[in-house]
Amino acid sequence: MDGFPILSLMMAVPMAGAIACLFAGANAARWIALGATLIDLALGAMLWGGFDQAANAPQWQFQEYAPIFGRFAWALGIDGIALMLIVLTVFLMPICIGASWVAIEKRVGEYMAAFLFMEVLMIGVFAAQDLYLFYVMFEAGLIPMYLIIGIWGGADRIYASYKFFLYTLLGSVLMLIAMMWMVNEAGTTSIPTLMAYDFAPQAQTWLFLAFFASFAVKMPMWPVHTWLPDAHVQAPTAGSVILAGVLLKMGGYGFIRFSLPMFPDASAELAWLVWGLSMVAVVYTSLVALVQSDMKKLIAYSSVAHMAIVTVGLFAFNQAGLEGAMMVMLGHGLVSGALFLCVGVIYDRLHTREIDRYGGLAINMPKYAVLFLLFTMAAVGLPGTSNFVGEFLALMGIYQASSWVALVCTTGIILGAAYMLYLYRRVVYGEQRNADAAAMPDLSAREIALLAPIAAAVLWMGVYPESFLAPMRADIQALEARLAPAAPAGDGKLVMGAGQKSADHSTHAASGEAH
Amino acid sequence: MIEVASLLAVLPELVLTVAGLALLITGAFAGDGSARVVNWLSVLALAIAGLTLSTSLANGPDAFDGLYRADAFSAFAKALIYGAAAAAILIAPRYFNVGGRARPEYPVLILFSSVGMGMMVSAGDLLTLYVGLEMQSLAAYVLASFMRQDERSSEAGLKYFVLGSLASGILLYGTALLYGFTGSTSFDGIALAMADGVGKGELFGMVFLLAGLAFKMSAVPFHMWTPDVYEGAPTPVTAFFGSAPKVAAMALTVRIAIEALGPAGLDWQQIVIFVALASIIFGGVAAIGQSNIKRLMAYSSINNVGFALIGLAVGTPAGVAATMSYLAIYVVMTIGAFACMLQMRDEQGRPIETIASLAGLSQSRKGLAAAFAIFMFSMAGIPPLFGFWAKFLVFDAAVAAGMTSLAAVGIAASVIGAFYYLKIIKTIYFDEPAAAYEAQGGAVENVILTACAVVIVFGYLLNPALDYASAAAAASLF
Repeated sequence: MDGFPILSLMMAVPMAGAIACLFAGANAARWIALGATLIDLALGAMLWGGFDQAANAPQWQFQEYAPIFGRFAWALGIDGIALMLIVLTVFLMPICIGASWVAIEKRVGEYMAAFLFMEVLMIGVFAAQDLYLFYVMFEAGLIPMYLIIGIWGGADRIYASYKFFLYTLLGSVLMLIAMMWMVNEAGTTSIPTLMAYDFAPQAQTWLFLAFFASFAVKMPMWPVHTWLPDAHVQAPTAGSVILAGVLLKMGGYGFIRFSLPMFPDASAELAWLVWGLSMVAVVYTSLVALVQSDMKKLIAYSSVAHMAIVTVGLFAFNQAGLEGAMMVMLGHGLVSGALFLCVGVIYDRLHTREIDRYGGLAINMPKYAVLFLLFTMAAVGLPGTSNFVGEFLALMGIYQASSWVALVCTTGIILGAAYMLYLYRRVVYGEQRNADAAAMPDLSAREIALLAPIAAAVLWMGVYPESFLAPMRADIQALEARLAPAAPAGDGKLVMGAGQKSADHSTHAASGEAH
Repeated sequence: MIEVASLLAVLPELVLTVAGLALLITGAFAGDGSARVVNWLSVLALAIAGLTLSTSLANGPDAFDGLYRADAFSAFAKALIYGAAAAAILIAPRYFNVGGRARPEYPVLILFSSVGMGMMVSAGDLLTLYVGLEMQSLAAYVLASFMRQDERSSEAGLKYFVLGSLASGILLYGTALLYGFTGSTSFDGIALAMADGVGKGELFGMVFLLAGLAFKMSAVPFHMWTPDVYEGAPTPVTAFFGSAPKVAAMALTVRIAIEALGPAGLDWQQIVIFVALASIIFGGVAAIGQSNIKRLMAYSSINNVGFALIGLAVGTPAGVAATMSYLAIYVVMTIGAFACMLQMRDEQGRPIETIASLAGLSQSRKGLAAAFAIFMFSMAGIPPLFGFWAKFLVFDAAVAAGMTSLAAVGIAASVIGAFYYLKIIKTIYFDEPAAAYEAQGGAVENVILTACAVVIVFGYLLNPALDYASAAAAASLF
């Protein structure tokens, strides 16, 4: 498959679908969208299958390069990290389309077009190998998301759409200035080159902060997370799925692709900032989630807490932490997406997200109760589910860097169990207090078809995470080697941790990365 | 002695002048019925003038002993001006047909204004500059009050005239001071005299000159006339004001700043930075409360001038090239946006101007709504639309020249501007339909609108050409 532009094709298919949807009737648009996303899913599977995971494989694969934009180029290419996130994207997209099948009744063509355009941009973000191309894709996502929230959202959608748009825009424009500075300094827009470029430590601090402004908002980290609950609550179900499942991962991807390898010194120097914000986020947003009466808001706050685990994992500067962060991102993408779908299922029936309006659903909706339980347990981080692997690795990683941070962040797991189980008890167990909730029918075949693949993936990731870790391992080792000189010494070991760690992994890393 | 080479260098202006005079006579004798023919002939004249730009380039750059310059810079600006002027002529007939009848004077006035603008951007001497500026302005005053029966239009014309004359006076005063202290009215002569240091008198002259030009560009703090004139003038005229004269005034300012006032670069740089940031911030903040879309576009144009001026503030060839690219993209967005606005009509075909009346447009006129959204997102500077690239270029030039903090403040302030563009999109897409709309747009308007939208969406493919042209334009100044 050498030279075949599969990444461009993966972007072209949904783009063509989006244009077709604009001119199609409601039902035709649904089928076009489903078809396009399924083709992309197949292409994604081919991508995964064709990705060379051998020890001596090149770091960047499926590269394409066409300098057609003057100052920047249509440069695509993926490593294992990007591959996994692209696979996550194409996996969730058909599910999103299916979730909107009956819930969206007005302006279906435009809705499907917005979603397909979103898919194009998300694949573009993860596959871009040109700094400016990345920015264009990263920023363009605002347009479809703004429209999705604003047109098809809930009652307070307009406020939420403004907040989402302006928050994230303000965050990213400063990053653009930093990018311009970097390109002027290094003389190239190629991301792989920039990842190996050593910027002066003084400059790194400023660049790091500018990128941080963007990624922290996108992630989102406390205290700039407030757009997320609003956007989530107001967005339609599929919008929430894609927001939590993939858009938030752009922040984490940004850290792992830009902040850490490009500014290793500043990352180490400012790790305390990230740790501090993450610790606050884990505890604070978990407590906030406990008192929510709106189901979507609760899951939105839990997303903030989970993303904080990702950031501490990333800024642990060791392989366990980085792998854990990636696994939390993938796991959370699946689990939070599934939880939003679960909320969507009952919202479609009763048109309320108030937890108190439900109760005792296990009696009339047993299938729903089973699947919801599985995803609740996955969100809690039960062993055997996807999130356990990621959270365990991330916390293990941060323990090597700072045992205090690990201590505080681990309480997040306990609090997470508290708010998720509390939610589950109120919605599914107990008495059937409300007659209309008690009369709701169980999952339809369509809904099972949406949730079952996610359930399978969650279990697969929990039982055999190696399938997901293997493609990323070499890239994470390379990143760790890049970070090693700057990584702060950990307090979790009696002997110097850095020396031992590099002895473990540098042998693999040295072969893949030359600098 | 008038040389043939000089005449060939001013060929575009000659073509337009001859065409304008001939069409004026035609219109006077044939009456209002000839408006249609005169319209198309005027567009043809602009096209021919555009084609003769290459002849003028071959015979440039200096004509008439340095009074006039036909270089790549002026050719770039003129191409934009002629294009915008032609678009302003093409979109007009339908608008005027509703309020009365289209008259042949409209395209003729635009032709004369274009001659003036051509002289402005080609000026090599303060006197040529002034003649060109006045020629452009006098035609523009008449255009603003073109709907004689309409009170607002007459008021706009009068306001424009009074304030414009004041600005011309300020500019002339600056010219006189500069002449007095440097002993020359030619740009080269002024630069030569300033090369050994900038005296107090020269500084005063420069400030007055820049103040007068800021008025013509409608940059803060000399922007006050803009909202009233934009609102009162007939919409096609507003589209014209928002595009061609802006390019002319901006290009003229760039030329004076670089060619004549180059040695005083550090002095005017502070002024330009202030004016640029003030325009960006004020234009953004003041637009938020507007309910009339033409008034909003006025503030938007102030805002955009601020961004374009950042390129000038940088003062490098890359900065000037960025400013010229900015203007090119801005003209396309503005013409496209006004072509959309001209289609805002109620069921009887009467034009409407409130933003609220756009509510739910996306459900009655899908294509128009999409075009509107494209232009608004583009003006807000959101990629992948071309408006982002315009802002990108000016800020990139600023960063490359080491003015990172200027770029950071400017780009952060651009978020303010994004808010009111979003408001329009919100009204179009999120709100429930309010007023009934005319079902069909005019064919010409639709073609222009589609062409502009295509450029805005696929503009990045034009990047290599735009880079080449703007770099050549900028290089001819240094």
